[in-house]
Amino acid sequence: MASEHGGNTLDPIHQFEIQNIYPMEIFGIDASFTNSALYMVLTLILSAGFLIFSMRGRALVPGRLQSVAELVYEFIANMVRQILGSEGMKFFPFVFTLFIFVLFANTLGLFPLPMVFTVTSALIVTFALAMLVMVVVVGYGLYKHGLGFFKLFLPDVPVILLPILVPIEIISFLSRPISLSLRLFANMLAGHVALKVFAGFIISLGSLGTLGILATVMPFAIGVALTALEFLVAFLQAFVFATLTCIYLRDAMHPSH
Amino acid sequence: MEVDAARYIGAGIACLGMGGAGIGLGLIFGNYLAGALRNPSAAAGQFTNLLLGFALTEALGIFSLVIAFLALYG
Repeated sequence: MASEHGGNTLDPIHQFEIQNIYPMEIFGIDASFTNSALYMVLTLILSAGFLIFSMRGRALVPGRLQSVAELVYEFIANMVRQILGSEGMKFFPFVFTLFIFVLFANTLGLFPLPMVFTVTSALIVTFALAMLVMVVVVGYGLYKHGLGFFKLFLPDVPVILLPILVPIEIISFLSRPISLSLRLFANMLAGHVALKVFAGFIISLGSLGTLGILATVMPFAIGVALTALEFLVAFLQAFVFATLTCIYLRDAMHPSH
Repeated sequence: MEVDAARYIGAGIACLGMGGAGIGLGLIFGNYLAGALRNPSAAAGQFTNLLLGFALTEALGIFSLVIAFLALYG
């Protein structure tokens, strides 16, 4: 850990602090505009702006930007089609929106912007996203199959095993939003903390004189490599979030396996 | 003072869980590579599964890291 635990300069946790930008209160509820809200809005503007701007030409032979947008679209569309089948394509807009939001929020937090804040490194944000997925899954399952949705908890095994397996299935279903949100949150948190810890090593090595300054090459190189890895993780976690959403939706579509 | 010491020791113990994630990731990538060398034409189709397994396994290791951070700063 950084040497000055609790200090502002070398504290790797400081980046996750919510800062008030514009304090306001609605009916006694603190609804201040914070740096988290700022970056959520920025994510929304950038993602919508990117997709609208890149597709404005709708050229038959796509340009550079349009092919990026088409690549992302095709990538998620193929994934949804593979997992949910072609009748599951009605969920494509939902999954694509989640993917793009998480992807842009993850990536935006890696750029050195003023007051930068990774939206997905706050547990409440990822938990809200995961609960949205669960509400859609349960809501669609009940709407489509009625009480037959609860066959999800009845695995195809001998009756004697059911008293053991049904509670396990129920617990595993209930822990889905927790694991879904914690996975994204923890990956973002750990990645950013690791980056800041290695950045802190550079500062503490640099204060050791000439030899120390020469040695800063090592943590700097690791920092560069970690940043590249974080971009991969940012994409991968968005993809995993979308894939797991699809897998949960498949349960809602075919509850009896 | 003792609470601080216990906190650091606890954080260290919590990080042991990452070793399991390391073993798991080694198994995933090793087996993928072994399978890919035997049948290179089928490797590309399993790449998304590889990434999915990587992310799911890595997440478990990171859970233990979160516990370590909770012990340190929580």
